[in-house]
Amino acid sequence: MTDMTSSVQSTFVRPAQARRDIGIKKRYAAERRFKAYGLAAILIGLFFLFVLLWTVVSKGYTAFQQTAITLPIEFSEQIIDPKNERGANPAKLMTANYPFLVRDALIKALGIDPANKPLVKQATDMVSASARTQLRDLVVANPAIIGTTANVSLLAEGNIDSANKGQIDLTVAEASRKVKDQQLEWMKKLTETGAMAKQFNTGLFTYGASSRPEAAGIGVAALGSLYMMLIVLVLALPIGVAASIYLEEFAPKNRLTDLIEVNINNLAAVPSIVYGLLGLSIFINFAGMPRSAALVGGLVLTLMTLPTIIIATRAALKAVPPSIRSAALGLGASKMQTIFHHVLPLAMPGVLTGTIIGLAHALGETAPLLLIGMVAFVVDYPGSPMDPSTALPVQIYMWANEAERAFVERTSGAIMILLIFLVVMNLGAILLRRRFERRW
Amino acid sequence: MSTSLILLIILIVGLAAYFAGRARAMASSKGKLSVLHSLPGYHGVYVAIWAVLPAAFVLAIWLLASPFFVENSVRSALPESVHSQGSATTELMLGQVMQVANGLKLLNTEELAAVTSGSSNLRDALAAKGVPMANAGETYMVEAAQKYNSLKDSSRWVMSAVVLIIAIAGAVFAIRGISAPFRARNRVERVMLGALLLASSIAILTTVGIVGSMLSEAIRFFQSVSPSAFFFGTVWDPRFSAAGSGGTEGQFGLLPLLAGTLYIAFVAMLFAVPVGLFAAIYMAEYARPVVRGIAKPLLEILAGIPTIVYGFFALVTVGPFLRDISAQLNGLVTGNYVNFIQAQSVLTAGLVMGIMLIPFVSSLSDDIITQVPRSLRDGSLGLGATRSETIKRVILPAALPGIVGALLLTASRAVGETMIVVLAAGVAARMQLNPFEAMTTVTVKIVNQLTGDLEFNSPQTLVAFALGITLFAITLCLNIYALYIVRKYREQYE
Amino acid sequence: MNMMSEAAVEKALDQKMNTVPFKMIGKDVSVYYGEKRALFDVNLNVRENTVTALIGPSGCGKSTFLRTLNRMNDTIDSCRVTGKITLDEGDIYDPSIDVVELRARVGMVFQKPNPFPKSIYENVTYGPKIHGLARTKAELDQIVESSLQKAGLWNEVKDRLHESGTGLSGGQQQRLCIARAVAVSPEVILMDEPCSALDPIATAKVEELIHELRTNYTIVIVTHSMQQAARVSQRTAMFHLGNLVEENDTDKMFTNPDDQRTQDYIMGRFG
Repeated sequence: MTDMTSSVQSTFVRPAQARRDIGIKKRYAAERRFKAYGLAAILIGLFFLFVLLWTVVSKGYTAFQQTAITLPIEFSEQIIDPKNERGANPAKLMTANYPFLVRDALIKALGIDPANKPLVKQATDMVSASARTQLRDLVVANPAIIGTTANVSLLAEGNIDSANKGQIDLTVAEASRKVKDQQLEWMKKLTETGAMAKQFNTGLFTYGASSRPEAAGIGVAALGSLYMMLIVLVLALPIGVAASIYLEEFAPKNRLTDLIEVNINNLAAVPSIVYGLLGLSIFINFAGMPRSAALVGGLVLTLMTLPTIIIATRAALKAVPPSIRSAALGLGASKMQTIFHHVLPLAMPGVLTGTIIGLAHALGETAPLLLIGMVAFVVDYPGSPMDPSTALPVQIYMWANEAERAFVERTSGAIMILLIFLVVMNLGAILLRRRFERRW
Repeated sequence: MSTSLILLIILIVGLAAYFAGRARAMASSKGKLSVLHSLPGYHGVYVAIWAVLPAAFVLAIWLLASPFFVENSVRSALPESVHSQGSATTELMLGQVMQVANGLKLLNTEELAAVTSGSSNLRDALAAKGVPMANAGETYMVEAAQKYNSLKDSSRWVMSAVVLIIAIAGAVFAIRGISAPFRARNRVERVMLGALLLASSIAILTTVGIVGSMLSEAIRFFQSVSPSAFFFGTVWDPRFSAAGSGGTEGQFGLLPLLAGTLYIAFVAMLFAVPVGLFAAIYMAEYARPVVRGIAKPLLEILAGIPTIVYGFFALVTVGPFLRDISAQLNGLVTGNYVNFIQAQSVLTAGLVMGIMLIPFVSSLSDDIITQVPRSLRDGSLGLGATRSETIKRVILPAALPGIVGALLLTASRAVGETMIVVLAAGVAARMQLNPFEAMTTVTVKIVNQLTGDLEFNSPQTLVAFALGITLFAITLCLNIYALYIVRKYREQYE
Repeated sequence: MNMMSEAAVEKALDQKMNTVPFKMIGKDVSVYYGEKRALFDVNLNVRENTVTALIGPSGCGKSTFLRTLNRMNDTIDSCRVTGKITLDEGDIYDPSIDVVELRARVGMVFQKPNPFPKSIYENVTYGPKIHGLARTKAELDQIVESSLQKAGLWNEVKDRLHESGTGLSGGQQQRLCIARAVAVSPEVILMDEPCSALDPIATAKVEELIHELRTNYTIVIVTHSMQQAARVSQRTAMFHLGNLVEENDTDKMFTNPDDQRTQDYIMGRFG
């Protein structure tokens, strides 16, 4: 230990001394524990993220497939228009007894005795009630089809669809099941002949609301959300940017401006349901706008998104260095020209990023829309923002409250679609920021 | 003339005015553009503004005011017999007259003649056109309706004419002022400034609108239910009031709702604050850049998930899980497999809300921790402290005001949350301490009272506004105080 | 903690400088920030109970070298140190060496005073508390008083120990930081331009302090002021562009330097 290489003129190094006890071991143990807590916290967060996504995807991926039964339907004139009135009164085709066509086709395909009423009912229960509308639309579009036989793909009823996807517990006694043994046998038979098969569920995307899960889709909700997003974009972006420009560049630095700034920061943190109350009270009651209209929803969401856009735009404007402004002013440009020709274009990436994030947030908002009447059963596509419609998150809410198994599947499927939209929007914002943002 | 048509014409006049103004400016430059004070474009815009703005303004005012005047005129023309029955009946009759007026427009000339002379029944004639009438029409109605229609029509015509004249007059007036030294750009920019100012005032107007609208409805509510019964009431039981019954039954006590809101927010923060804070500390202090680069965005995803999805998650996974696991636990311990945690409970809602708040707390904490100057950190490390000691004893205490501010903001967010509690907390309004039971919140009741077919002016629906303004007041206080603290904290380190 | 008694120290100081033992030895020390090299094979020995000044123009690497002595460079991700640095024979970059212990033996005072936003008392007791150097409050009070005495601050703050450390003047804050460093009883005190943020009067006080401290501690001070180096140090090392140009007794350095670059710097021809 003592390395004393001493000589008259040489120097020596002080030997290593006894170490002080500064509690190193305990302290490092504490350090390790502390670090472990931090890591555990991150893992907890990620765990829940994973579980949540897993829940949604595992319950929802089956929604993208739908069981259909393809049967040869005999468009019998006897049933549809026995008195041949359709030439004089086309409306007769609207009210024809289409379920009978389905019944007959099933009897033939499954070989059932037509006199056995309960059995026949079990068979017709396997086909969705929407088949009626489907066949009616076919006939009305092309009356020449009457008298012919054609293969039509009909949607299976919700519970049959669930059974086909293996979602129904078959060990339960038949009496307490929604799907009976006989129906299961028929299903097997039809699947073997290829008459019953799962196909990609385009209906999820195109149908409107329905009480039958197999015929329900997000079409109306998606269109409603689209209208609202467009309204928000068209209104909130210009107003937000204009307000930011005023506040950042022109407003005198006094108490009033300070108040406005506090105000805007506060509005950004106000619970969204309060905006719903505002919309109900002012837009619907005072201004008399129609309830359930995408227009009102769009206006409410605009007010909600404005503070976000203003805050993001102000930050982007602040980030543009004063040297740019000085250069433009020095050349004789007016303040307005400086802002619109130089500052704003440079701040644009930040503004757009903030807008996209604001829009993504608005797309997922549910609470304010519930209060302005968007909890509505809307079957047809809204022709304009003034027509009744609903929104994607509200549709999810409505379906979540339904008890049927098939609706759970649909709710998850709709959530998956919503999340995909949001991911796309956020990725777009990130890419935009990466590509265009300058670091001054 | 429809409104859109008028607007279109104004715009066309404006466009023409633009070109005219521009041309005139260029003409007065006699070839050398530098002679002009402003670019020709600005001159054009100036003229166009004079053409469009005053006309549009008058149009807007007219559209807003004219129905008022027309209705007034028709109202006073109603026979004395109607007025003597009181104002409520008068309004009702007036409404009928307007309905009739709409219907009359759908009749062709013969039907119209028949109705006027009284030979054809008014009600039937209108019903055939698809216009329903509550009771049989009375004789004065047709005359009044026709008067209404004619007043409306003439008002329309006059308005169109006036607006058009103003547009053209504006354009002409403006063009006459165009010359080379005319400072068109300054004028135009002043108008632009005005527009910017208007846009900013929308932000203030929004707050005024929120407070004003909720306050006015809440005041109406307090006319039926006393404020003390609301603010200090311990029972919430609104009793359904069907439309038209004018029901005043029901108790509207705020306290159970407030208790539920605060309890659930408390549980949520109990979960989210430690997790979020430690996650932020780890990512700021210990994580390698690679780990940070992955973990941070992933946690941000939690922040971007809509709250309805969290609600669904609670409803479908977390609630049943807690219920089933409590049953198992109970069975293992007591042999009785009965669940003691309800699927919809304070715990379920609080847990899921906590998950939602984790990224919120984490990103706020991250901001605050990174604002503590490096020199403090270096000073502590230089004395031989470990990193955890530095964080616990130097950085967190230095960041304390900021963290308190962050906690207040988180609480505000938790208090205002709606969708998670709607799906996960249930509707039972009671005051109790068991987190395994259901309790409801202020936000859930706002939604409950306003969805469904309730008559708008009943206390049952108006209470939603009283609840709303209470909620707004609470979150406003939390937000302002939090922002004040955080601002003070930032100034300390700048 | 210094093992030598007062008498022995005096004796050591009376001897010629080249018989004073080395406290820390730097051998072929190079520092890289990512790809950029900041120090080129520096060989520098720091003698015990001596004030060694590191001088040189801006960006020459003197602060970088100083920070290798207590491994503060570890806090910078992209920094890499090669070579060998020993403290009393032990290689301080050896993986088995505990950096916490090292910093309890090699303290540091920074350029800009950085007292914690706590009371004066708590600032000084922070180090002893975390290292467990005092078992009772009485012992802590004792450490506070002696450290503040050593820093020449006791008389000025003894009546307001519980006021905030950030409420003191710049010079007082820096002396508080010195007291804080001394409270840990280090063996070496590193000072990175400790007076550059202070006014001349405060500077004079700190220089006086350094002179008193050297009897008990080894001090290495980075300074951009040659006059200050001449005033306070016994040995001076001149750095230029990451290289150690010359190391000598201070008197010799400033009157008859060996290297031309040192001569030029001292004459003010660059820097």
